[in-house]
Amino acid sequence: MNINKLKEIVMKYVFLFTAIISIVAVVLICVFLFANGVPAMKEIGFANFLGGTKWKPGNGLYGIFPMILGSIYVTGGALIIGVPIGILMSIFMARFCPDRLHKVLKPIVDLLAGIPSIVYGFFGLVVMVPFVREHFKGNGQSILTAALLLGIMILPTIISVSESSIRAVEESYYEGALALGATHERSVFTVVVPAAKSGVFAAVVLGVGRALGETMAVMMVVGNQARVPDSIFKGVRTLTTNIVLEMGYATDLHREALIATGVVLFVFILIINISFSILKRRGKE
Amino acid sequence: MSEKFKISNLDLYYGDFHALKDINMSIHANEITAFIGPSGCGKSTFLKSLNRMNDLVEGCKITGNVLLDGEDIYKGMDVNLLRKRVGMVFQKPNPFPMSIYDNIAYGPRTHGIRSKAKLDEIVEKSLRDAAIWDEVKDRLKKSALGMSGGQQQRLCIARALAVEPEVILMDEPTSALDPISTSKIEDLVIELKKQYTIVMVTHNMQQAVRVSDKTVFFLLGEVIEAGETEKLFSIPQDKRTEDYITGRFG
Repeated sequence: MNINKLKEIVMKYVFLFTAIISIVAVVLICVFLFANGVPAMKEIGFANFLGGTKWKPGNGLYGIFPMILGSIYVTGGALIIGVPIGILMSIFMARFCPDRLHKVLKPIVDLLAGIPSIVYGFFGLVVMVPFVREHFKGNGQSILTAALLLGIMILPTIISVSESSIRAVEESYYEGALALGATHERSVFTVVVPAAKSGVFAAVVLGVGRALGETMAVMMVVGNQARVPDSIFKGVRTLTTNIVLEMGYATDLHREALIATGVVLFVFILIINISFSILKRRGKE
Repeated sequence: MSEKFKISNLDLYYGDFHALKDINMSIHANEITAFIGPSGCGKSTFLKSLNRMNDLVEGCKITGNVLLDGEDIYKGMDVNLLRKRVGMVFQKPNPFPMSIYDNIAYGPRTHGIRSKAKLDEIVEKSLRDAAIWDEVKDRLKKSALGMSGGQQQRLCIARALAVEPEVILMDEPTSALDPISTSKIEDLVIELKKQYTIVMVTHNMQQAVRVSDKTVFFLLGEVIEAGETEKLFSIPQDKRTEDYITGRFG
């Protein structure tokens, strides 16, 4: 057997091995989460766990409904702020912005994506919390503050995914619209962007994933009260912060209830990733 | 026949490259003018300078005059209005990723037509004029991307007709199509010249002979010979034209 063939075979297994490692990691995480979380859910009762409005581990009350709502409100608020800005920005960067400005903007957006979330958290705590306290209501640690902060944090994800999908649209669509007498703006907004819509949706879905999973930055500005919120100026607790706040000292059922919180979060993210890949596939067709 | 386009002393540069050299030409109304010549000779570039699609190319500079009904299209004419008057069909069919109906209605909507009844009428008329109505009338709401290549190209012609242009520019409209679709489009083009002025770039010399009234032969950015199609192909005046049409190069 010649040496090239041998190399070929060895490398094939090296690649296979590296591929297996990441698959094994995912499988192990799943197994760990479900093996520890599902029995706890059973013990608490699925309805009591998912639908219970009281989270008082000291009294044996493990209702995560307030945290589910908290996560949904904070993420929803982040989308209301981040999606319009992000999509319009991506359209600007893909089709309106002069090359020289693009050379400046692109690295800035990339930098925005690279800032550690704890730094965002500090910014939120030091700048945004006082701002909300002084100009709106409450003590500043609120759904609104977290939504504003997360809205900024999801911008780079939305902008870069959406921009690349708009850039990937065939130039012939744009030219076809121009040749019918449409203006640049009309061509972009009525032909090019709609042609990229599955990519733009995918960008939003990724943004949802980012907002839902964010922990540190949110914890620093959201107040962390485990209660069903009745105003955007009040504090809440999200699924992620619930885990990180109490994991340090939790034992027994409490600890398992936190892992079960992780299961719920995992299922949310799973749903989001599945919809992301469905959108991607639809985009290709 | 009345003169639709009059081009005089047109030079076009892409950066430093002198792509079109001193073009002088008249294009007459209700005729089909074919541009022939080897790849890279400037015929498509020249076609695109008639509806200012070259404006999109960075570093493209044009000097000289292009008069449409006596009005210079490069001096003070609204470019969107120009493109409404001078429609274009591209080499590769490029229907928008939307329904057949919306494809046709795109142009009229762009120019401010909102009434549903009026749009319905325009869509039907355009599709009939492009000889594709019978094939698509039952699936107007379906995506245009599900059609065959030949149908897509006729759809693009219908889309161009829907804005009621005066001139239709066609950039090798059949080069991506099979022979049957090609012959349908050729028949269509001959039919359309009754109402429109047509300028067509083609690589296919038989096609030029079959459909066009006038032919212009381009070589290396220059017009070598222009005239009645029949005459140009039977008794070419220039040696280079003769070499090209007899297949000695290109």
